Amino acid sequence: MTTSLQLPRWIDAGVLPILNLAMAFLISGLVVLAIGESPLEVVEILIYGAFGYDEAIGYTLYYTTNFIFTGLAFAVAFHCGLFNIGAEGQAYFGGLGVILAALYLDFLPFPIMLIVAIMASAAFGAAWAYIPAYLQARRGSHIVITTIMFNFIASSLIVYVLVNILRPTGSMTPESETIAEHLRLPFIHDIAASFGIDMASSPLNLSFVYAIICCVLVWLFIWHTRWGYAIRTVGANAHAATYAGIDPGRYVIMAMLISGALAAFMALNEVMGVQHRLLIDFTAGYGFVGIAVGLMGRNHPVGIFLAALLFGMLYQGGAELSFEIPTISNDMVVVIQGLVILFTGAMEHMFRPRVTQIYIAWRSRKMAQEAA
Amino acid sequence: METFNLVILILDATLRTSTPLVLAALAGMFSERSGTINLALEGMMLGGAFAAASVAYYLGNPWFGLLAAIAATILLSLLHGFACITHKGNQVVSGMAINILMSGLTALVGIALFAQGGKTPALDRGSRFQPITFPGAEAMADVPVIGPIYSELLSGHNILVYIAFVAVPFSWWVMYRTRFGLRLRAVGENPGAVDTAGISVVLMRYRAVICSGILVGMSGAYLSIAQGASFLQDMTAGKGYIALAAMVFGKWRPFPTMFACLLFGFLDAVATRLQGVNLPGIGEVPVQAIQALPYILTVILLAGFIGKAVAPKSLGRPYVKER
Amino acid sequence: MSESIHTAHGTGKTGTVPPAIELRGIDKRFGAVHANKSIDLRIEKGTIHGIVGENGAGKSTLMSILYGFYQADAGTIHVDGKLCNIRGSEDAIAVGIGMVHQHFMLVEPFSVLENVILGVEGGAVLRDGVDRARHELKRLEQEYSLNIDPDAIVGDLSVGLQQRVEILKALYRGAEILILDEPTGVLTPQEADHLFRILRTLKEQGKTVVLITHKLREIMAATDTVSVMRQGAMVADRKTVETSPEELSELMVGRKVLLHIEKGPAKPADVVLAVENLCVDNAQGVRRVKNASFLVHAGEIVGIAGVSGNGQSELLEALAGIRVVSEGQVFLNGQDVTPGHGVDAAQLRKRGVAHVPEDRHRMGMVTAFTAKEAAILGYDDDPAYQRNLLLDWEAIRTTTQHLMDEFDVRPADPDLKAANFSGGNQQKLVLAREIMRDPALLLVGQPTRGVDIGAIEFIHKRLVAMRDAGKAVLLVSVELDEIMSLSDRILVMCDGVIVGEVAGGMANERALGLMMAGVAPEQAHAEAGQ
Repeated sequence: MTTSLQLPRWIDAGVLPILNLAMAFLISGLVVLAIGESPLEVVEILIYGAFGYDEAIGYTLYYTTNFIFTGLAFAVAFHCGLFNIGAEGQAYFGGLGVILAALYLDFLPFPIMLIVAIMASAAFGAAWAYIPAYLQARRGSHIVITTIMFNFIASSLIVYVLVNILRPTGSMTPESETIAEHLRLPFIHDIAASFGIDMASSPLNLSFVYAIICCVLVWLFIWHTRWGYAIRTVGANAHAATYAGIDPGRYVIMAMLISGALAAFMALNEVMGVQHRLLIDFTAGYGFVGIAVGLMGRNHPVGIFLAALLFGMLYQGGAELSFEIPTISNDMVVVIQGLVILFTGAMEHMFRPRVTQIYIAWRSRKMAQEAA
Repeated sequence: METFNLVILILDATLRTSTPLVLAALAGMFSERSGTINLALEGMMLGGAFAAASVAYYLGNPWFGLLAAIAATILLSLLHGFACITHKGNQVVSGMAINILMSGLTALVGIALFAQGGKTPALDRGSRFQPITFPGAEAMADVPVIGPIYSELLSGHNILVYIAFVAVPFSWWVMYRTRFGLRLRAVGENPGAVDTAGISVVLMRYRAVICSGILVGMSGAYLSIAQGASFLQDMTAGKGYIALAAMVFGKWRPFPTMFACLLFGFLDAVATRLQGVNLPGIGEVPVQAIQALPYILTVILLAGFIGKAVAPKSLGRPYVKER
Repeated sequence: MSESIHTAHGTGKTGTVPPAIELRGIDKRFGAVHANKSIDLRIEKGTIHGIVGENGAGKSTLMSILYGFYQADAGTIHVDGKLCNIRGSEDAIAVGIGMVHQHFMLVEPFSVLENVILGVEGGAVLRDGVDRARHELKRLEQEYSLNIDPDAIVGDLSVGLQQRVEILKALYRGAEILILDEPTGVLTPQEADHLFRILRTLKEQGKTVVLITHKLREIMAATDTVSVMRQGAMVADRKTVETSPEELSELMVGRKVLLHIEKGPAKPADVVLAVENLCVDNAQGVRRVKNASFLVHAGEIVGIAGVSGNGQSELLEALAGIRVVSEGQVFLNGQDVTPGHGVDAAQLRKRGVAHVPEDRHRMGMVTAFTAKEAAILGYDDDPAYQRNLLLDWEAIRTTTQHLMDEFDVRPADPDLKAANFSGGNQQKLVLAREIMRDPALLLVGQPTRGVDIGAIEFIHKRLVAMRDAGKAVLLVSVELDEIMSLSDRILVMCDGVIVGEVAGGMANERALGLMMAGVAPEQAHAEAGQ
């Protein structure tokens, strides 16, 4: 029996998420107060640090790029009813794909290398997602646990590969060789310069454009293709999927492959665009931020873009913050991230009953007024 | 004799490395047997470790540190319960949120309080749990075989190690021999049965996560004020997840869970010793392979290739009354 | 929380005995649904009292309020003449009310004993309480002839035995009033008979029994008094001996005509579906359909009768390609389409098999989807819905609008969420989706479950129209009336076996009932004829 009233879209997708987000920021403000600093000053520094000057905007969008990819990765799996906690490992593995392509196929011209790198990262990320997906689909192993395990396994494996295989002879640091200059993703400021536009230099590179393209592609795929329809059916009601002749296992695997590939695209930004080599732990928790981004963005590409931008801003502004206020480290950003996941994800229903009450009261009063 | 000493040494290290796992895995078990997924072990451990080290530093007494750790993790458990039990939120998401939150908060507060880059100041001997020497341990040390077992392996650990291994049979007794345990297991299988028997499902689940908090608090305290001498940023380094894996590996039962922890602890102890060692016939075993082994074993178990891990039936499902 | 095992209740031998239960003005709403409308009810002590009504009439809600599962919005509850404020199960237990729920509230991995003592363990440590409970259980078992092994694991017990555990649970808590919610839905007739014997024993011991059901046969057989509910209201109280099934059904439905369907004789043509020695196992490897063989011709409705849980569901799902067939073969228009050997639900659909599943919420639709998304479930690969690589939502909306108009789905809004339609309208949408595909074979399960009267009539007419259009229809329903009035031929299933076949027009309800209990057709007809 459905007892809950359907709230209008502007409340469901607007007011409620904003309330939850406000709650997360309120608590963050209290944390700042508790440390003995002024929340308002922190906000000011954050915003200035993120948007206050050209270079900052570039950095903000560079972080945003990562979060779009990992947020989309979370969302695609989520539409199939899956929690992909493994974006971290999948991105890590994607990085291996990118670096192998860039180092061993360095004779390729850049345009072809670009396609090869996209395919390599996708293939490696998808491959790392495939095993947990297969185990979930065919053997019923809980994907949350297996993807967590696979993050750790990826970590061990890549450290081994870096230390024993990719490390240049004679080097003591466990990192790969550097990608040839002509095979790196061009920085946006360099592209702009070639058109005669002067931009401050920042790590922002071509992968940002690709991230936006991915937003559009994911939107089309999920809501406008048969496969997206099948994935959503499996996610919403696996029995109904079976009834319809949609094999849930097949689409669980498909969703996870796409999710893994999207997560791995993060490596295009980090490995091919910015660091130009494979570093230990280059994923730096960005995969986990994807959970927050996906949940906050309601698993819709538009929402994900906005949420990614917010987190990009927090990451870049947070760096500024620790510089300006020594007692507040950029761990503040991690705290905010945790609170956002808590309030927009785990406690998303906290305000719903109260808001529904207010809405019903408001509506009946309006109806009474109209009747009068 | 040298091999024997090596074995004793490795087993001794195994006990030390598996202690936090045992406590955290039992914590996970209490929560999950009542139907609440506890992915937050990692974050709670971290919070406990930080609280323990900070309070032990200020008050100079490990017992206050331990109490602070338990208080902190009970609070975190209540937060988890508030999200998952009261608001019927997603348990996986809540767990991840707490992990991320604590990873940030411990570092943030650590820097604000101590300005040592996220560390807490090093604790002196009086502020930490010290090894307990069994009576006659020194006298026994030279007795062959039994001597080293008694004086090296069994004696000389801090109090939390002993508590952890006593907690295993105690948890078993609580789970299977008391009213509380019966109700706790029932609420994880079929909360409807508990509700219609006139017992509050919500209260029962809260009690279970509080038990979980107490145990994981001790585990955190062990890291910073017993095994270690200060809190370090992200010092749990995935131990919460390994404990979770051990709990799954132990099929949500106390004794099998303890053996899984011992196995994983053993692998950890061996890994550090095998670094760069050439094993006859095998060659050098990459240390990463041994480090990854607990995770690989757990995945293989979950895949149903070795036995079958059946989770409590209502695990992960908030209780909603049905018509 | 009450820990006492036996709560003493004054029996009030002197003077007038107050009623065991008296409800006054009980009112309950769930959002827009008015589930209970100011209900008054009086149940005398030491009687078996029936409450009948159609699905959704509000019976279960009323009893859930009495048991403290829900709070009434208004009204009072008196137990033994005393006003009670029942806010939870523990309050209900304390005043001596026990309930056997439709879906058993048992912990499957626990033993019978552990299930019984849950909530009344008799101490913080189990040991002492368990010993006492074991003795008490033995006494109860003997007193009410409820033979059951206290150490058996509940999950291993048959449904009938699990129900006995539920009854034991209530008695162990000192229940004087026992509520049973649709207790026979999952039982064979024999098991049901046994249950009624137990209930009579309970009555003889002075207990009060409240039996909720929508089966009139059971009311007539087992109760002393009966109350009828319709659309949330209490419409009548009768002494069982002074009423008849005809009167009760009229009261339940609110009008005289019940399930009389205008239909001409069937004109069976070629065989459409041929099933040969079909066996189906469930996920646990238990054989649920055993060597089923039958034919369905074009232009006829074949009904499958049986007590719920006797393999009909598995048979229907296997024929639809959802379950894997273990043995045997299925032919559609002469072609082998045995599911599980490269043939799945999607392929069967393409070959002209449409399927209206038994449970539309579980299978028939995705309630989170909009109507237009729900309307292409199973047909999303139709070329008419594609435009290049994308779905053509405009075409889908147009088709959905057409389906909604044709089947009178209200409101006819393809963009409305499926969850916001009433049960009848959801079911009409599912039927429209399947029937408008013009299939050769229509598989229908429980077509009118949870559907209002108006929609029932509409749905029945459409099914007959399918038949008259020369399609083959296979109907599974636990509503015997529905089976009897719609089917041209009736197959009876019991424990996975098709025990017999009866021609639709000459079906004798009593004979069918006996066959559903596993009695061979000849004997059933002979017994029923007497």
